[in-house]
Order: sequence, then structure tokens, then C-alpha cells
Amino acid sequence: MTKRTIIPFGPQHPVLPEPIHLDLVMEDEKVVQAIPSIGFIHRGLEKLVEKKDFVEYVYVAERICGICSFIHGMTYCLAVEEIMKLEVPERASYLRVIWSEMSRIHSHLLWLGLFADSFGFESLFMHSWRVREGILDIIEETTGGRVIFGSCKVGGVRKDIDKAGLEIILKKLEKYEKEIKEITDVFINDSTVKHRLIGVGILTKEEAYALGAVGPTLRGSGVSQDMRKLGYAAYKNINFEPITETSGDSYARCVVRIKELFQSIDIIRQAIAKIPEGPLEVKVTGTPNGEYFARTEQPRGEVVYYAKANGTKFLQRLRVRTPTFANVGPLVKVLQGCELADVPVLVLTIDPCISCTER
Amino acid sequence: MTEEQTIVPIKPEELVGRVTELNKAGYRLVQICATKTDNIELNYTFDNKYRFMDLKIALPSVEVEIPSISSVYWSAFLYENELKDLFNIKVKDIVIDYKGTFYKTSVKWPFNPPAPEKPKEEKKND
Repeated sequence: MTKRTIIPFGPQHPVLPEPIHLDLVMEDEKVVQAIPSIGFIHRGLEKLVEKKDFVEYVYVAERICGICSFIHGMTYCLAVEEIMKLEVPERASYLRVIWSEMSRIHSHLLWLGLFADSFGFESLFMHSWRVREGILDIIEETTGGRVIFGSCKVGGVRKDIDKAGLEIILKKLEKYEKEIKEITDVFINDSTVKHRLIGVGILTKEEAYALGAVGPTLRGSGVSQDMRKLGYAAYKNINFEPITETSGDSYARCVVRIKELFQSIDIIRQAIAKIPEGPLEVKVTGTPNGEYFARTEQPRGEVVYYAKANGTKFLQRLRVRTPTFANVGPLVKVLQGCELADVPVLVLTIDPCISCTER
Repeated sequence: MTEEQTIVPIKPEELVGRVTELNKAGYRLVQICATKTDNIELNYTFDNKYRFMDLKIALPSVEVEIPSISSVYWSAFLYENELKDLFNIKVKDIVIDYKGTFYKTSVKWPFNPPAPEKPKEEKKND
């Protein structure tokens, strides 16, 4: 029997901007088992709900993650609004869709850059992030923030985008769509990229579903599941279908995210075409009493906000199940049997966000 | 939003049987979480093609041991270790048991800390 060795991977590693640790049990160059450890920076933000009232907590929810901050804030608001039976105005719902999709575009571009970096394609990394800067500029112009938008609140939104602003977004998206196409063509067609990704880290449809994978990790294995189809915010009025690939390898997960970039641009266009005039928020009176599981689709997959309230101004419990937490199990699976040199690439194919996971 | 959500109260001893049924019916494990009320409430959440199902257990105390469902849903080990580390809930037979080291917290069971010990009364010398 080949001698087994254990290689510690992380929590500090060049490919990891955030701390996660894996004990890689090796036989020569092959990983036979991976044991994950998280919890190095667990912040206990769920516990803070006992000290911040239900209106104030949206600021904390947005700070759970620096990439999909808006969707965190919105999902929290959706949970509280559902418990309180608040009818959010249509215009606010459409604005939530626009900002959610902006978040998805900048998150996927960020991931594409990091992914290119993980297999040593530095110039592709820089181009991806250059385009992402333009998307962040749109977010800054419409919300005032680049990382924390601060535009979502319980009962609606804080900020509006006027007609001229919406037209500027459309014009800019036209420009960025072309640039994204140029960059992503390299990811899809370049032989060196394909050589590193095709057939690497295969997660079958059955495995992905059984292991509870979410988001592009699940859809890359051929499961058509996207929480936006639940119809929250204004998604019920948007025409789209979940993007899937069937090969279940690293290339498939990459292609799903690339196609979702163009899908997000299309969703923003639809939202801008359909957004009605009207108020931005509804008045919030009283305190929440009840429980609800709000589920939305973040760039990394389904996020769950469980809120339980007992009629006071502080929630009794807030539980946040982030997509990366759900994708740790599938990651462990794809690492089994891979080559050591593929570990950084495979870790990145689930697009890990440890900041979210260590909420 | 208004997603229809089915929440079914069950007893701890029914857990593995009910979860096995859901697994056979094609449900995916969404999450497991605990809530500190007067006692402890556990929620096991599932989904099947956007159909939501939650099994709710009211635990009389953390001393009551609950069975692991990680033999049915392998990735449940992550949630179950979380229950142990944050709430001091005793889950038996987890496929990967970190034995309290999954999260590195500065205090034990931060979401369900043990009640502070009452200060001992000083004996009065008559």
C-alpha cells in the first residue's frame, strides 16, 4: 500500500483570500480524502439580532458579505416583510432586481478573475477585474456605495434611479456586454484554459443534488434549480430560465457563470423596460411576530434567512445559511481522487465566500 | 414573495424515519438550525423542485440526545457539528464528528451559554 501523507491546505494559501483549512490525505500526488475545517473567523453576526432591532439589523445583514452584500440585505428584508405582511411597492421590487443582478455580474467577474489567477492566466485576471470596475461604477452612481449599497430597507428601498439614470445603465451595459464577450470567449475557447478545466473535478447530477449543492455548482451538473424562479421581488415578472450545463466538471461550472453574466444583463434590461412609476417604500408599523424562511439566489447559489420573531422589536432568532456552507460537502467530494495541483482550481470552482460562511 | 411553506412538528425519535422518507421522495437537504426559546427548537429544512418542507423538533433540553441524519444526507455533518459547537446540542453518530472543534469560538456554546453559577452564600460566623 502506498504511504499516506497529510498536506495541510490553508487557512493561509495564495489562492485563498479568506481562511478555510483542508487536511488533504495524499497517496503520492493523488488526494484520497479531504477534511475541511472552517470557523477561524466566525463572527456570530446571527447573535447580534438580539441587540439590533429588526429595522436596524439590515445594516448588519448587508455586512455579512462584501460581494453579495445587497442580496443579503434584501433577503433579510424579505423575511421580515413576509412575517409582517408588508406589501413592498412594485417600483422598489424592480429596483431590487436591478441591484441584485448588478451584484451577480460584479461577483461573477470577480470570480472569473480569481479563477484565471488560480490557473496562472494573469492577464485574463486583470481584464476581468477591469470590466468589473465599470460595473462597480454603475453601482456607486446609483446607490452611493461600491461594496455596501445601503439601498435596501424593510418595506422597500432607500434610493431611486431616475429615467435618465436608467438610460445611462442601458448604454453602459451595451458597452460592457461586448467587453465581457471578448473576455469570456477566452475562458470558453482557449486551449490552455480548456486543458486545465475539462474533465477536472466531476460532480455528477445525482451527487450534486444528494450533497445539497447550490447555485452554479449544482447547475453545472445539470440540475435546473434557481431560487429566482420562486418569484421574489419582481422576478415573477421577468422571463428567464435557469442556466445549466451537463458535464459537471470545472469547465461546466465556469460556463454556467459566464452565461449567467449575459442572463443578468438581459434581466436588467427587462426590469428597466417594465419598471413602473410609484412609491419606493411602504410605512412599517408594529413589530414582527411569526417565522419565515426567505430563500433567494445569490451569485453562489441559494441563501436562506430564517427569521423568528415574538412580537418584540428584537428578533428571537436569525439564521443565515449561506451558499458556500452548502457547497462545502460537494467540494470535499470533488477533491477526492484529484491531483494535488488541481486543488486550488477545484476549491475556486465552488466560488467560496468564507466571509459569508463565517457570518 | 409568499412561498408556501410546510412546517411539520415531529418528535426526536421520528426524525431519522421521516428524513429517510423525504430522501426517498427526492427532497434535498437545505439546512438545519437551532433556536433558543424557553428550551431548544430544531428546524430541518428540505426542498424538492421548489416545494418547501420543514421538520420542527421541540427539544425539552440540551441533555436530550438526537440522532444524526448524516447517514441519510451525508453533508448534514456540517450542520450537526454547528449545532454541537454553537448550541451544545448532543448529536450522536455524525459521520465526521469534530468533537467541538468545528468552530473556533472564544466561549463555549455562544448561542446557548450555560446559566451562570449562583454565587455561594458566605457562611456567617456567629
